[in-house]
Amino acid sequence: MTDVSATPAAAAATRSQGAGLKTALRWGLYLILALFAVYYLLPLFVMLTTSLKSLEEIRTGDLVALPREVTFDAWAKAWSGACTGIQCEGVRPYFWNSVQIAVPGVLISTLLGAVNGYVIAQWRFKGANIIFALMLFGCFIPFQVVLLPMARLLGLMGIAGTIPGLIFVHVIYGIGFTTLFFRNYYVTIPQELVKAAKVDGASFLRIFWSIFLPLSIPIIVVSVIWQFTQIWNDFLFGVSFSSAGTQPVTVALNNIVNSTTGVKEYNVDMAAAIIAALPTLLVYVVAGKYFIRGLTAGSVKG
Amino acid sequence: MAPILDIQHLYKNYGATEILKDINVSIEPGDFLVLVGPSGCGKSTLLNCIAGLEPITGGTLKIGGEDMTHVSPKDRDIAMVFQSYALYPTMSVAKNITFGMKVRGVDQATQDRKLAEVARQLQIEPLLKRRPGQLSGGQRQRVAMGRALVRDPKLFLFDEPLSNLDAKLRVEMRTEIKSLHQRLGASMVYVTHDQIEAMTLATKIVVMKGGVIQQIGTPAEIYNKPANLFVADFMGSPAMNLIPAKARANGVGTKLEIARDGAEPIVLTDARAKNLPEDVILGLRPEDISEPGYRSGESVQEAQCQVAIVEPAGADTYVMTTLGGKQITARLHAETAAAPGAAHTFAFDLGKVSYFNPGTGERIL
Repeated sequence: MTDVSATPAAAAATRSQGAGLKTALRWGLYLILALFAVYYLLPLFVMLTTSLKSLEEIRTGDLVALPREVTFDAWAKAWSGACTGIQCEGVRPYFWNSVQIAVPGVLISTLLGAVNGYVIAQWRFKGANIIFALMLFGCFIPFQVVLLPMARLLGLMGIAGTIPGLIFVHVIYGIGFTTLFFRNYYVTIPQELVKAAKVDGASFLRIFWSIFLPLSIPIIVVSVIWQFTQIWNDFLFGVSFSSAGTQPVTVALNNIVNSTTGVKEYNVDMAAAIIAALPTLLVYVVAGKYFIRGLTAGSVKG
Repeated sequence: MAPILDIQHLYKNYGATEILKDINVSIEPGDFLVLVGPSGCGKSTLLNCIAGLEPITGGTLKIGGEDMTHVSPKDRDIAMVFQSYALYPTMSVAKNITFGMKVRGVDQATQDRKLAEVARQLQIEPLLKRRPGQLSGGQRQRVAMGRALVRDPKLFLFDEPLSNLDAKLRVEMRTEIKSLHQRLGASMVYVTHDQIEAMTLATKIVVMKGGVIQQIGTPAEIYNKPANLFVADFMGSPAMNLIPAKARANGVGTKLEIARDGAEPIVLTDARAKNLPEDVILGLRPEDISEPGYRSGESVQEAQCQVAIVEPAGADTYVMTTLGGKQITARLHAETAAAPGAAHTFAFDLGKVSYFNPGTGERIL
């Protein structure tokens, strides 16, 4: 009898012991995660604080200390006064160059990727798989390999060193990725949808426009985030295929950091770097909100 | 009247693979044609060929007397209901139904009128503003039907429209499709792998296997006089009993000797059958094996068999025994005294018996 009555109590004790261990493990896990978070955020913290300090304070103060006196002078200078080589206009003109390259580049490559993906996934034709494989292969071609042929091509087309030239390069390089995104997304949409629309009398473009594009918001967001990040952050194409007035912000940033004479203005460099990085950050924050999954859920069966 | 759908010598190949071989079938206006067969038999491909969603490799295909070989789906005057319903996910129910009319440039007033008409007919008025994702399976099915109905086509095509529904709803929708067909008097082609759907809906059944038509006929013809062993086995549930037997002519007709487990062979006599080869396969529906006293007539003969399994199914009780080395199902009344392991007397009604050639599988008589 005693054995029987003792057993539940013992079991309860073991259970509470187990629960205690679990809690401890959970807290240990949080601690490790917090450490990693600090590790990753520290550079950003240093950049932000440094950009808000005066040069004097940077020279005398501690790298990780908060600014004693917050000043936006460095930001103002980085935006419109810092010198890139001989010109001292800040990153502003180059920032707008980047916008002019990135916005059309993102839109065109996304649209072309959507059409490509739609055709490859839903309008199976002979050789569709080969074309898709080649496009996929295009994703893995290193930038460096295409530099020379691309320079020649841009020259022949008469758009070397221009913003349209850079847009062209980014669109070409982006199509592989955007096609991959859209193709994989559209493959999950049942082909019966196209059949139904065909019987309804809709044309190739009508089906794309009225049925597939409205379905594609999640993958459009993915494509836009990816392409914007790629194009905005690109340095190699920017430095290779631009001329004096058409350099993107990444190239300008490099020039600012490398062409300081005399004292190195760390605060201006940091501010310029943050300015150059802000748009990609913004795209993540804004577009990420619309990253809604499962818009197609329920279109097929329940 | 000219046939509404007329298919002659239709072939369909994918590369070197023949999917459909020499398909010949035609239906009159108002017919309900069901294409039935196991998966991979080519029935859906045939339907897609009729719709124009798949080009045909050879032969002719006419709808309403006009050659459709090179006509695109939208100009064939057809409407189609798909297995997955294929509703446009981002459009409301109303937009789904009117999309086709909108594409074809039908004016708004007509669109509204037809939409209202169809919505009333299918009782989906409260759903018109919803998206397909917010509907249940049965409701989606109705919307898909609405999209077809609103077109008022020469020919309705259904591609396994009920197979995504649960059992109860499937039976309900089946009845509804049937009453719709009777009300509209429309011509329909319906693909299914479910032989009960085929039997209940069709005015004409095409049984297919491996891209070849096995038999075309009314449900009664297919059920009572299957053209070969495949059709006999595929149509009907439980399946037709196919019993190997030895046939011997006697004065009046034919004696059929059927091996029985642990006892002398059963000998049945069929007065009608003549000139059978020695080896035959006897086809008997489960309901043609009953108990003494339930059927009478010359064709009924009794024999004792060892009962293996008893399955009560409510209205009937299915009793399994072994004859000719095959498991045989008899459909007995619910209160049968048959018990597993005991001998039981069965009454074999040879009035509707089928005979097949065991070598070729073709029907002899």
